[in-house]
Amino acid sequence: MVDHVKMPLNIMLAGFGGQGILFAGKLIAYAGMIDGHEISWLPSYGPEMRGGTANCSVSISDEAIGSPLVTEPDVFIAMNLPSYERFIDTVRPGGVVIVDETMVGACTLRSDVDYHPIPATEIAENSGLKGLANVLLVGKMLAVTGFSTEATLSVAIEKSVSAKRLDLVELNRKAIALGADIPDSDACRA
Amino acid sequence: MSARTESPSNEMAEQRSKILFERPQALTDAITNYCPGCSHGIVQRLVAEVIDELGIEGKTIGVCPVGCSVMAYDFYACDMVQAAHGRAPAVATGLKRVLPEGVVFAYQGDGDLASIGMAETIHAATRGEKISVIFINNAIYGMTGGQMAPTSLPGQVTQTSPYGRDTETAGYPIRVCELLSTLDGVALAQRVTVDSPKNVRLAKKAIRKAFEYQIEGLGYSIIEVVSTCPTNWGFSPMDAFEWMRDNMLPYYPLGVYRDIKAAKGEQ
Amino acid sequence: MAEKVLMKGNEALAEAALRAGCRYFFGYPITPQTELAAYMAKRMPKVGGIYLQAESEVAAINMVYGASAAGARVMTSSSSPGVSLKGEGISYMIGADLPAVIINVQRGGPGLGGIQPSQADYWMATRAPGHGDGHVVVFAPSTVQEMSDLVASAFDLGDKYRVPVMILADGMLGQMMEPVALPEPTDVQSLPEKAWATNGHGGKRPHNIVNSLYLVAQQLEDTVVERSLRYSRIKEEEQIAEAYLTEDAEIVLVAYGAAARISRSAVAKAREMGIKAGLIRPITLWPFPVNTIDTIVPVAKAFLTVELSMGQMVEDVRLAVNGRRPVSFFGHTGGIIPTPDEVLTAIQRVASGEQLDLVPYQSKLTGGAR
Repeated sequence: MVDHVKMPLNIMLAGFGGQGILFAGKLIAYAGMIDGHEISWLPSYGPEMRGGTANCSVSISDEAIGSPLVTEPDVFIAMNLPSYERFIDTVRPGGVVIVDETMVGACTLRSDVDYHPIPATEIAENSGLKGLANVLLVGKMLAVTGFSTEATLSVAIEKSVSAKRLDLVELNRKAIALGADIPDSDACRA
Repeated sequence: MSARTESPSNEMAEQRSKILFERPQALTDAITNYCPGCSHGIVQRLVAEVIDELGIEGKTIGVCPVGCSVMAYDFYACDMVQAAHGRAPAVATGLKRVLPEGVVFAYQGDGDLASIGMAETIHAATRGEKISVIFINNAIYGMTGGQMAPTSLPGQVTQTSPYGRDTETAGYPIRVCELLSTLDGVALAQRVTVDSPKNVRLAKKAIRKAFEYQIEGLGYSIIEVVSTCPTNWGFSPMDAFEWMRDNMLPYYPLGVYRDIKAAKGEQ
Repeated sequence: MAEKVLMKGNEALAEAALRAGCRYFFGYPITPQTELAAYMAKRMPKVGGIYLQAESEVAAINMVYGASAAGARVMTSSSSPGVSLKGEGISYMIGADLPAVIINVQRGGPGLGGIQPSQADYWMATRAPGHGDGHVVVFAPSTVQEMSDLVASAFDLGDKYRVPVMILADGMLGQMMEPVALPEPTDVQSLPEKAWATNGHGGKRPHNIVNSLYLVAQQLEDTVVERSLRYSRIKEEEQIAEAYLTEDAEIVLVAYGAAARISRSAVAKAREMGIKAGLIRPITLWPFPVNTIDTIVPVAKAFLTVELSMGQMVEDVRLAVNGRRPVSFFGHTGGIIPTPDEVLTAIQRVASGEQLDLVPYQSKLTGGAR
């Protein structure tokens, strides 16, 4: 059990449909469950999923979770600009913001959040991990927050990847490790 | 000749009281609610005779939805399920899916089958549900007292078409067998009537075939019986048949509209 | 206990139904219950069962009627507008004493409403699931675990009393994932035989009839009275509710399903602030857990009902409280999920002696239209 992380940990992930937002949330939720916490995972659903934005609330707690809807995230992972703009002001002061700089291309105006931009999509494509920018960002979140361990996430990946796509398990593990090692981009540093 | 004058022996007495005609086993002794001269009684009996002949009463479940035959659950000796108006094909689907070895028939009128239950009919047919549907087409709502049916003829006077069915406002009658014959799930679609001994025999043959096709697992079968409603038409039973022959049969020609076995050349 | 898996509420309902011996599912697509039907479509053929996508909700519920008449454990699922369509079949099932499990993953209404979580079908579920003089038993889970646990209870209770049973969930519970320990599979062969089923008499018994028509008024009344006596037994024996921090609670919240989750968080926050708040969470909505309310009335100073509607269950709370204490209401409609802080504000105001109802509360707290 990871005990140095503040609980409950409320996470919002948002991006375009097809970027793997829900899957990334599921990995985080599974890791929380394996670590012995209470967890909840709540997707956005309906027409806004069709080519629009997708978002996903994940809560990790040591007590029964009330509302699974995250309205004031401790951690916000953004994979496109509209989602970034929609949720950035909801992040709890002192919260963690991780953005896919390739897709968001924005620097935050908020000085009261812990901001971590990484060019996840670009690095994923250049590393033979096309389509796994979402998992890179989960790796980054692991490195920044220590919410779980790489070993736990490795098990979470096994449980989350379809049995028909076992070839993806190793790629996902690689993406977690790679994401954890990517340093913050300095594009936003003055 | 001389034998006739002799006093009858016991043996002969037994022969003389040999049963030639009786209530089919598949009917209970409940008295039906049908009006005198109504064709329901004939058709209901034909179904029961077929159940007897095939020896399937113990595994048959009948479905009777709303209409004049709504109380058929009291008349048939097999297990019976009463259904909401128009929903017999859906209820029969549920029964048949749970009891694939059973024999499920639905006994529906024209308002039930072709109006409120048209969606259920079309879809049960196109799914090829292995059920047998007996369809009484008498061009009127009988139970509620003679309103216009989806099969009422152009110009036909009913309680709700008091000036005759105006096709400008009320549209045209639906020819159910023709409509369903285009669907691949239909194994048998045949239109019969029961206005003469010959036609009654033909109707029974068709009903038997509908049950046999179900047992063989061939798909959905429908036997449309062009029928009379003397009470609501306002005719005597014989005049009703006359009116039916003159007016309904030209619009609803008798015949086989789809028979997948015949089409394959087996008979 | 079985190993926990992460599942959506909709999927947990489906898997639990399979494990409860349900082998027949008839449905029609509608958001937000889709995953349930999709799960059934995938799993039923693998376990020798039937998944059938009906042509309409009307047809689906009548297929359920037929399958139940044949003696099977059978389920259908839908969401609010679809459940309206099922009303006809549900009434006929009540009238013909046919058990089945009907899932309503509620969304906003009336009309096409919205697709986001809502609790606006409380009245439909508990008062008039269809025409006529009758009820369905209504379960209201509030976690994915409970969604899984209540399915077998729903089938068992339906069979025991020969009544349809509804599980009233909502889009939040249906869509969310939580860890769930799934129940052990029921041995279908061990289930009590249904002597009334129309499954072919086989020459071994008189014919069975499944029917809701009684043209002789006295016969109709006799069957309705017999059924109502069964309802009385259900009311006596089958009420379920969870009480949270109610022993000394002065402000007692009453909420079910998703609203109960939010209310629970609000109650915990109120306690941190020194307000003696508690929560009654009805798990059966019909029968309504009046006994639990009764035991808490003497301690409570005021009740506060929280719903994702404009106030439906609050009427049952008022009936149960019966004028002995003030009953306030706080709610939002489909898709507007109140935050625990909003509910906390309502608790504070009730604690300060206000009686809240919809209109003044909305105008005071949110400045009118949202």
